[in-house]
Amino acid sequence: MEETTKDDELPAAVAAADVPAAGAPAQGAARNAGEVLIEVEDLVKHYGPIKAVDGISFKAHRGDVLGFMGPNGAGKTTAMRLITGFLTPDSGRVSVSGFDMTRNSLAGRQRIGYLPENAPAYGEMTVTGFLEFIAEARGVTDGGAIRRVIEMTELRRVAHQTVETLSKGYKRRVGLAQALIHDPEVLILDEPTDGLDPNQKAVVQELISNLSAGKCIVVSTHILDEVERVCNRAMIISQGQMLVDSTPPELIERSSTGRLDDFFREITQGVSR
Amino acid sequence: MSQSTARFTGLSAVFKRELKGYFSSPLGYIFLVIFLLASGWLTVSRDFGRFLELRQASLDAFFAYVPWLFVVLVPAVAMRLWAEERKSGTVELLFTLPITLEASYLGKFLAGWCFLGFSLVMTWPLVWQVARLGDPDWGALVTGYLGCVLLAGAYLAVGMLFSAITKNQVVAFILGTAATVFFLLVGLPQSLQFIGDFLGGYTEQVALALSLSDHFETLTRGLIELGSIVFFLVFTATWLVCGMLALDRVKAS
Repeated sequence: MEETTKDDELPAAVAAADVPAAGAPAQGAARNAGEVLIEVEDLVKHYGPIKAVDGISFKAHRGDVLGFMGPNGAGKTTAMRLITGFLTPDSGRVSVSGFDMTRNSLAGRQRIGYLPENAPAYGEMTVTGFLEFIAEARGVTDGGAIRRVIEMTELRRVAHQTVETLSKGYKRRVGLAQALIHDPEVLILDEPTDGLDPNQKAVVQELISNLSAGKCIVVSTHILDEVERVCNRAMIISQGQMLVDSTPPELIERSSTGRLDDFFREITQGVSR
Repeated sequence: MSQSTARFTGLSAVFKRELKGYFSSPLGYIFLVIFLLASGWLTVSRDFGRFLELRQASLDAFFAYVPWLFVVLVPAVAMRLWAEERKSGTVELLFTLPITLEASYLGKFLAGWCFLGFSLVMTWPLVWQVARLGDPDWGALVTGYLGCVLLAGAYLAVGMLFSAITKNQVVAFILGTAATVFFLLVGLPQSLQFIGDFLGGYTEQVALALSLSDHFETLTRGLIELGSIVFFLVFTATWLVCGMLALDRVKAS
């Protein structure tokens, strides 16, 4: 098997993918804000005759918290699965931290923390055991990493319980903890607050806000308040297409009633009719 | 971290998790108890193996029943390997970790194979009895056990493919059992005659060459026939590769 390090791969990946030089993280350089971490170009994915994602393009930078909004079945989850490399696009391109997710998926995946929809986890494992597995699989050698994410997501009380015995809120936090264990620069969170009570929602939203400084975070959500609270960019997806790429204040301004909810309804229902 | 080390750590993480899984769930212990009781009983029973009545210092009576016990038990070990991951959605977690599909697949296969190997090791009292009661042909014992290990791997690879293509463990189990029975039966004299009569030509030889039972019996007779060992390895590898390709297609559905 070929021995390649990040330094070896990077120029090739960047050259092949024709990513602007600003997108390449230079070794030892300070983490500069504004650097492009996610680049999505004309992404298309079909499920049989259905076009789940239909030509989505965007760039997201370090420091961005990007809110993915859209009705159920709009293609948010599929788009996230394409960005994380779980699915391969029919056409188009995704690059994460300068790595093409089709050609150099493993290197890209090392830089992504991903919370899939419903926060799946191995139910029979204890929280600590599960996090140890993820750390080992990701090659995390820092012994304090597990303790750090358990503190961050406030899981200490249930650390020795099996995942299947936990409440929804705790399960979601376990999912967040595994996504954070390698301190990734890109975080993809699929409905991180879905089904949580208001207190749990506030905890998760605060965590996302606290994390946003050095990272690029993509959050999908139905809760429009959440976008206002944690995101600096808002995208509305419907029927696989990106309808709006803007900021929350701008969307509110464009709404006839001054409310994000109303703007969301106007624009998504306008399309589906 | 270099990519090749990353691949290996991923494989070993999956392997360890799966192997621990067999011993932290009732399934592993149920399997062991049933396998040991059934194999012991079939070996010494007057109606089946007649181990004591035969008055021979060999484990032929045991080896004769292993392929049939494994037909039920190995698909039971294999059925959860992928079906459960896909049903619970953890497959999405696993395949967004920096581990290739091949490494995950192999990690799970090796874990299941080690568990089956462990269950064979636990039949040591039979070996001990044979050694105590007579002077066994150790060569035949060793190749017989080698055959059992290879057979377990082959069945496991078959069962794993069916676990990969369905989210339902019961369906995976039934299909796995049916397929392994097919590859056992195809080598029996009755089946061969049937195939020869019906299809004619070289089909009889092809069926015999593909039959697991024939290659397994070669090994239990104490012959280290390279052809049979290669057959098992190629058979297993083929099913593994087909399983990987199938899983890659259906993983997200």
